[in-house]
Amino acid sequence: MLDMLAAVGRGTFGFLSTIGTVALFAATALGHSVRPPFYWRNFIRQCIDIGYFSLPVVALTAIFSGMVLALQSYTGFARFSAEGAVATVVVLSMTRELGPVLAGLMVAGRIGAAMAAEIGTMRVTDQIDALTTLSTNPFKYLVVPRLVAGTLMLPLLVLVADILGVMGGFLVGTAKLGFNSGAYMARTWEYLEAEDVVSGLVKAAVFGFLVALMGCYHGYRSRGGAQGVGAATTNAVVSASILILIFNYIITELFFAR
Amino acid sequence: MSAPAPAAPMPAAPMPAAPADTPPPKIRVRGLTKRFGPKLVLDALDLDLPARHSLVVIGGSGSGKSVLIKCILGLIEPDEGAIEIDGRNVLAMSREEREAVNAHMGMLFQAGALFDSLPVWENVCFGLLAKNEIGRCAAREKAVEILSRVGLTPDVAALYPAELSGGMQKRVALARAIAAQPDIIFFDEPTTGLDPIMGAIIDSLIVDCVRRLGATAFSITHDMASAKRIADSVAMIFKGKIIWRGPSAEIDHPGNPYVEQFVKGQKDGPIQMEVRR
Ligand SMILES: Nc1ncnc2c1ncn2[C@@H]1O[C@H](COP(=O)(O)OP(=O)(O)O)[C@@H](O)[C@H]1O
Ligand SMILES: [Mg+2]
Repeated sequence: MLDMLAAVGRGTFGFLSTIGTVALFAATALGHSVRPPFYWRNFIRQCIDIGYFSLPVVALTAIFSGMVLALQSYTGFARFSAEGAVATVVVLSMTRELGPVLAGLMVAGRIGAAMAAEIGTMRVTDQIDALTTLSTNPFKYLVVPRLVAGTLMLPLLVLVADILGVMGGFLVGTAKLGFNSGAYMARTWEYLEAEDVVSGLVKAAVFGFLVALMGCYHGYRSRGGAQGVGAATTNAVVSASILILIFNYIITELFFAR
Repeated sequence: MSAPAPAAPMPAAPMPAAPADTPPPKIRVRGLTKRFGPKLVLDALDLDLPARHSLVVIGGSGSGKSVLIKCILGLIEPDEGAIEIDGRNVLAMSREEREAVNAHMGMLFQAGALFDSLPVWENVCFGLLAKNEIGRCAAREKAVEILSRVGLTPDVAALYPAELSGGMQKRVALARAIAAQPDIIFFDEPTTGLDPIMGAIIDSLIVDCVRRLGATAFSITHDMASAKRIADSVAMIFKGKIIWRGPSAEIDHPGNPYVEQFVKGQKDGPIQMEVRR
């Protein structure tokens, strides 16, 4: 019994202390982000990596999600003759939920893993220490450009995902379900509000920050050679994915539960 | 000491300024202690290193040699003790002051630690670029010049570290360590993993570079041939303390059973290899 309590206590303590170290890591990075120098080359390289090279996977995910959404809602809504709502369902689901969450998860797998692996390898091969001995702060050089690029690029990706998702729905709606294309577009715009898109973009910015933060944090703290880097990569992807789902609920609550 | 006054108490507050003819040592380490969990790696270690002197620290694997260097460089926070560089305690400094002191130190890491995402020339001039002492165009030319000092041809400048052999990587790492003309250079096992000839070449490059810069050198090795080539004096670390120190000429007859066993590489002696932990 006491053993069990002790285990629960240890677990809780470990969990809280992890939150503490992550928060401290984020605070340190933010502190460094407002003091020069800012490494523009690294920032631009990260922007290209996150924004440009993630486009294909995010685009594919978005198109197919929009398509399947149109199909599913059509067959579902047909049961109570509400097929007309398909366009609205597609655009609201994409902008508010699926765009940011799916793009976030895809980028977590692609970028979070790459960041953890790259920074982790630099850690275990002493390259991070080498930065310090060469008058370069590793937080400013490695962490800040990634956090800023992640926060700025994911909203752009999500904007693309929103558009392509709606397009996917439109394709299925007009080509397969027999909607008139003008009517479908009109229904798409009819109930869409700025808040739907904005909330999705805010989510995207938060998710981008979280993915980069987890990649950098786990990479920065990795220990013990190739195995340590492997563990850091896994942890970065898993923790970023879980945080995305948790923060997705929190932000939704903040925006819409009023 | 020739002080005649019997048991005169030391003056309590500020230390008397050192007389002009005996400048403070370049590096002075006092009572340096570092634990990793329960494991005591450095145990109240004391060490002085005069300016323009080349010290080699020898000791078994895992005896804390790299930890000692990393403490002096500010890469690891020691638990206790003082580290003075040019008479100023670096552990009590603000981050900016510390960075200014570090800007005068160079380090050759055990495994090179070259940035594999950057070409050789950018590796070599990384410190100069970071300090904005030089533009990117000038850096390329400067890198070629520094590379020639470690015996590398200009065409190496455009390659990436992964395209180089171990010996060439060590040379590039050496070039990077000396590029900013440091006063103090640290060498962590510069010849480990190289063949004996390449080891001798790297040693002579090190001696050459240190002499040319007029720098103070702090090296680590367990290669005795290398130690004799680099060192003015040798110190041995064992169980977290410096147990012996002497001029490099004495290393074959140290008069200390621990050092003797280590230098001669005997398996029987006072040093028992700890198999676990
Ligand atoms: N960051 C660290 N975390 C935990 N233990 C460490 C760390 N760095 C070094 N150690 C331990 O300290 C001891 C000394 O390491 P090191 O100084 O690298 O040895 P060496 O003398 O071979 O250079 C080793 O036993 C190592 O396991
Ligand atoms: Mg070592």
